[in-house]
Amino acid sequence: MPNTPRYGAIVKEALYDNNVVFGQMLALCPTLAVTSTATNGLGMGLATTFVLGLSNAAVALLRNFITPEVRIPAYVLIIATLVTVVDMAMNAWLHDLYQVLGLFIPLIVVNCAVLGRAETFASRNPVLPSVVDGLATGAGFAVALMLVGGVREVLGSGTLFANASSLLGPAFSFLEVTVVADYGGFLLFVLPPGGFLVVGFLLAAKRVLDRRLERLRVAKAAAAAAEAA
Amino acid sequence: MKTGPWIHAVVLGGFAMATAALLSVADIGTRQEIALRKAEDLKASLAQVLPADLYDNDVVGEALTLSDGERDVTVFRATKGGALAGVAYEMVGRGYAGDIRVILGVAPDGTLLGVRTVAHKETPGLGDKIEVAKSPWITRFSGLGLGNPPVERWKVKKDGGEFDQFSGATITPRAVVGAIRDGLAFYDANRARFTEAR
Repeated sequence: MPNTPRYGAIVKEALYDNNVVFGQMLALCPTLAVTSTATNGLGMGLATTFVLGLSNAAVALLRNFITPEVRIPAYVLIIATLVTVVDMAMNAWLHDLYQVLGLFIPLIVVNCAVLGRAETFASRNPVLPSVVDGLATGAGFAVALMLVGGVREVLGSGTLFANASSLLGPAFSFLEVTVVADYGGFLLFVLPPGGFLVVGFLLAAKRVLDRRLERLRVAKAAAAAAEAA
Repeated sequence: MKTGPWIHAVVLGGFAMATAALLSVADIGTRQEIALRKAEDLKASLAQVLPADLYDNDVVGEALTLSDGERDVTVFRATKGGALAGVAYEMVGRGYAGDIRVILGVAPDGTLLGVRTVAHKETPGLGDKIEVAKSPWITRFSGLGLGNPPVERWKVKKDGGEFDQFSGATITPRAVVGAIRDGLAFYDANRARFTEAR
């Protein structure tokens, strides 16, 4: 891997096989906390993707200066600094977006997935593949958060992507869908326990899907072998 | 070249100094902008509870600080031609997930010009209906005062009062109604101070 980075493999790995939430089971704290709506999930996902790209780039750039014994505190310093700078810069220059996302930004510091990528990928790879890995991991995280948030929002409040226009701008108001009109609301799914339930069911669904795919692959291989023989 | 354990200290110390320097630069570079944004936010939330055509003074510059017994309250006074036209100040209610800050605009006769939620951490989808962006609930209070409805009716319906709670969230609106009630009492208690010469 170190000599010829395969970007396709990196992206596939990050998006599906080794998805932060559904593959590695990391970052469950922010996952459960912010996914009461699909829009919130998307916001957290975007902010995390941005920081992951930057932090992986910084760690990869500095990887030869960091001695293995002090690497973890060094990564923590890098990540915390980046997040704080992003937080301040957004507050100063992207204030409208900050009012929506501001809540999530400090949470990124404690997202173990960011430190995880620095440790397992960026510290052993050049800058470009590390940035790709960071962005892909972030995208996988964003997709997972939107999935969990979407399911919770539809079941909990009967809407999908409510208030998306305040996050992405008025052009995206078409995303806001009322799935069930006059829905009374199902409190359980809005509250944190609903997050656990939805993550659990989605995980189970992914397992079933993976097993089906595996069986299909084995059957195909067997058929091919039989034909050859 | 053989290196001793000191190299780790040098590396980590170097990182600490570099990141601290970066943070200082970022802080210096953004501090002014952030202060500007904060002032804009304050102006925007004041504008929602104090209609601009009501006053001709520098509301933010002429703010005064009073104590309500527990905390200091910054009171923004709006005057027109020197006469008091209204005051605005923040009140804090104890919500389901921490403090809820609301800003009240009060006319000289003690009725509400408007109320807005400034900051809260209530459950999204449930308690956040106190934001005007999510629900018109909070606009219900405009024009009301401590006599209308009577003080003992300044509660949510569940507590025998006048105001709707949300399905699934009672604590949040209870806190907001309570904060507004306290805010009106605060106005009555300090009425003399507001009209007092600067």
